[in-house]
Amino acid sequence: MSGEKESLDKTRKYDRQLRLWGDHGQCALESAKVCLINATATGTEILKNLILPGVGSFTIVDGKKVTGEDVGNNFFLDKDKIGESRAQVATDLLLELNEDVTGNFMEESPELLLERNPEFFDTFTIVVAVDLPERVLHKLSGHLWEKDIPLMVVRAYGLIGSIRLVAREHTVIESHPDNAHEDLRLDRPFPGLTQYCDSLDLSTMKKKDHSHTPWLVIIFKYLQIWKEQHGGAAPKNYKEKNEFKKLIQQGVLRNEEGVPEVEENFDEAINNVNVSLVPTSIPSAVQNIFNDSECVNLQPESKPFWILARAVKDFVESVGEGALPLRGTIPDMTADSERYIQLQQVYRQQAAVEAEWVANRVQQLLQSLGKGEPVPTDMKSRCQSQNNNNIASSKDTITEADVKLFCRNASFLRVLQYRSIAQEYDPATAKIGELVGNIEESDEDDAIWYILLRAVDKFYADFNRYPGVYDDQVEADIPKLKTCLAKLLHEYGNVYNIKDDFVHEMCRYGAAEIHSVASFLGGVAAQEAIKIITGQFVPMNNTYIYNAMKQTSVTVEL
Amino acid sequence: MALDPVDWHGRWNHIKKLLERGGPFAHPDFEASPETLGFILESCKILVIGAGGLGCELLKDLALLGFRKIDVIDMDTIDVSNLNRQFLFRRSDVGKPKAECAAAFVNARVPGCEVTPHYAKIQDFDSSFYRQFHILVCGLDSIVARRWINGMLISLLNYEDGMVDQQSIIPMVDGGTEGFKGNGRVILPGMTACVECTLELYPPQVNFPMCTIAHTPRLPEHCIEYARVLLWPQEKPFGEEVNIDGDDPQHIKWIFEKSLERAREYQITGVTYRLTQGVVKRIIPAVASTNAVISAACATEVFKLATSCCPPLNNYVNFNDTEGVYTYTFEIERKEDCPVCSQVPQPLNFSEDSKLQEIIDYLTESTTYQMKSPGITTMIDGKNRTLYMQTIQSIRQRTKENLKKSLQELGLTHGQEIYVADPTTPNALVFKLNFTTDMEHK
Repeated sequence: MSGEKESLDKTRKYDRQLRLWGDHGQCALESAKVCLINATATGTEILKNLILPGVGSFTIVDGKKVTGEDVGNNFFLDKDKIGESRAQVATDLLLELNEDVTGNFMEESPELLLERNPEFFDTFTIVVAVDLPERVLHKLSGHLWEKDIPLMVVRAYGLIGSIRLVAREHTVIESHPDNAHEDLRLDRPFPGLTQYCDSLDLSTMKKKDHSHTPWLVIIFKYLQIWKEQHGGAAPKNYKEKNEFKKLIQQGVLRNEEGVPEVEENFDEAINNVNVSLVPTSIPSAVQNIFNDSECVNLQPESKPFWILARAVKDFVESVGEGALPLRGTIPDMTADSERYIQLQQVYRQQAAVEAEWVANRVQQLLQSLGKGEPVPTDMKSRCQSQNNNNIASSKDTITEADVKLFCRNASFLRVLQYRSIAQEYDPATAKIGELVGNIEESDEDDAIWYILLRAVDKFYADFNRYPGVYDDQVEADIPKLKTCLAKLLHEYGNVYNIKDDFVHEMCRYGAAEIHSVASFLGGVAAQEAIKIITGQFVPMNNTYIYNAMKQTSVTVEL
Repeated sequence: MALDPVDWHGRWNHIKKLLERGGPFAHPDFEASPETLGFILESCKILVIGAGGLGCELLKDLALLGFRKIDVIDMDTIDVSNLNRQFLFRRSDVGKPKAECAAAFVNARVPGCEVTPHYAKIQDFDSSFYRQFHILVCGLDSIVARRWINGMLISLLNYEDGMVDQQSIIPMVDGGTEGFKGNGRVILPGMTACVECTLELYPPQVNFPMCTIAHTPRLPEHCIEYARVLLWPQEKPFGEEVNIDGDDPQHIKWIFEKSLERAREYQITGVTYRLTQGVVKRIIPAVASTNAVISAACATEVFKLATSCCPPLNNYVNFNDTEGVYTYTFEIERKEDCPVCSQVPQPLNFSEDSKLQEIIDYLTESTTYQMKSPGITTMIDGKNRTLYMQTIQSIRQRTKENLKKSLQELGLTHGQEIYVADPTTPNALVFKLNFTTDMEHK
């Protein structure tokens, strides 16, 4: 297939997801390399949900052979291949899902590979691990933390599941919040807005224009009137806001009989009073970004995110007079086309001017860091995730498009700091005590299953098997697991009697990997990986527990 | 239990742990036994509705949970844009019926599984078909279809002394997704909230006002709707009676170019081919991950309902992974006067002078009924009389003059039973006409 034809075809194939993360997000995904450790059902389901949307490539590390039990719950294994390399069989069947994706495997125990050649893992965008004993998890996570490579650990255990995400620091520009507030600046109109609104005079308009004046302009005008009447102050409380709404209501045209006409734009103005009186402010998440030492102290190796953040911070503290660069978009509203477009242009122009200031500041900062002139390349040909430290110099360039995107999303910037596995487990820094405290208040809290999974790992460490795997072990393992649980809690300075029911249920499960639970986790985990890879949407921080019994879940930071 | 020749050693080890071992969280009726696995493998009949984003996942999940007697219905054929998530299909399958391809793939991959495909609409089957299944699970993308199948299951219920006969209940598990959002629910017809009880969960689709499209366009979407709704019927670019086919690139190209012209006239930016297609086809963004999540939750519920290994979801879960991962689980209550499952007669409160058209408008616009194209019949002097029906051209022509007549003129009396047919329900809904002195509509 020719290059152009191929690209058109991919656009058709990926159409439904391109509408979510855009061409640049897709580009980042297609440049990503994912490592899966252990091709269990959970593992292959995660990969399936990365391969279908077009992840660049994957590598499976798995030293085991396919068993009858494996084939029973795994869609990507074949009963005719029992006894063969699980890594190889899974790779072959997964590759059938998408001809754009390359994949290969290492038939080797992950623990041995980690021992022999830990650098093997260093080229991946993200490593996903399933079915790892605790001791291997510690070695793996320690290595990846040092190399700043994100790790995701996923487990399906009976009707319970967990996902742990580790990424040292993850920055998000396009968080795409579901309910974003508009950036209208009615509390502090910029000159262009004032000029435009002043050029319109409601009192001289005929009905047609009057009824099609954008509500933004109406609120601006009436705010002016109100402020004159109240010593320059805007409506402050519930009472005043109601009076303000009545004031606007009085502006509705009346017919010859004095009956108010139907003017939808005035209705919209009144409905938007509360929202437009919310003062323009900088969200605390963004304030924290500005105060972060990485923003305050730029270094030559600072990531573009921090350089951009610093430029915006400098904007806020100078020309911006305490406000972020204007987003530049307005919602739709009842209005004639001409004046809506004019108003839209007013916002766009102001946003462009402010983004240009930021772009110039970015140049200055780059030069002061000794980075020289950035090569102006378009977003598409650069398409690398900002978070991938393994991609070389091209990520150092910051284009005008990058600056515009950053400014448009200035209110939505997020930085997530993750605690390491080491911090999670070390009694000096562990938060497991907090968790126990919460559970004491309500054993409906799904976090309790995290503790049980930790207890099960302790059981494995002591007995080299999971509790209740064979029918005749179930009963006998209950007291053993209970002891492990008590020891575990004791290690963290906790004494708590978790109801025997939970211990019993864990033994009932016998480390069963139920396909539908594996598949649920496969979906959630894959999307978290996509968030890390594309840098879009906000990943969870840092442990997700799923309860398939009640179809409930909880996220905790451990 | 003897090993089925198609099985192999250890095949069902994982699920046997849930079926052959009791536990404190199992359903109170649960009895650990090897027979439950036998029931799933040999007898339990499941109907999967939809073989698309949710359906493919459901078939895989159910097959690997041991279900073998699975029927799947889907009226669509495979499109390239399905391939990013409907993983049972390959490029060479484009154009083929989804149900057939999906069934063939699963049957080949999971030995012993017998998925029977039906390349058809759900309305092509009657109650005798649906009655044979133990559990229904839906992966539909249409609210009308959901309401129809819901109505079908309710119509299968038998009542004895006002109580539902448990044997006549066919549980339905229903899933839906949109981008990064999804939901799943368990419906026990006659016992728990049905689809119709919660119609307000599905607010009617908002369209752009016609006057905006015609006179004051502001957004690129307005320009596209202008080309689609106004220009196409006027210019008939591909011939008389040729309707817009969203899958025909020529059609989309024409609309795109006309939209651009409109946009240029008003200096509106943002009209793209992708946006045009999205608006014309009402495209909902979709990814593999959300479909995997919701289907898996639904499959787990089917497994629980079939085996009692654990109590089922009670009864609705919402999912959203735009920011972090969020679920919200709660129990939706039944509507006491639900038009479909409550057996409470539905009143139609109108004055004798009201026109028939007003009843039609009420049925389509009310959030309670949200009907699509209701047809009204009644009994007058012992004979069945069609007052208005719009779905059959000849009958519509014959009865449309009735719309302007008053209820009194049409010979209707207070307390009269009115039967309303609609695509949203397999059987007519019964209303009671209630003449009021004022215009007291609910």
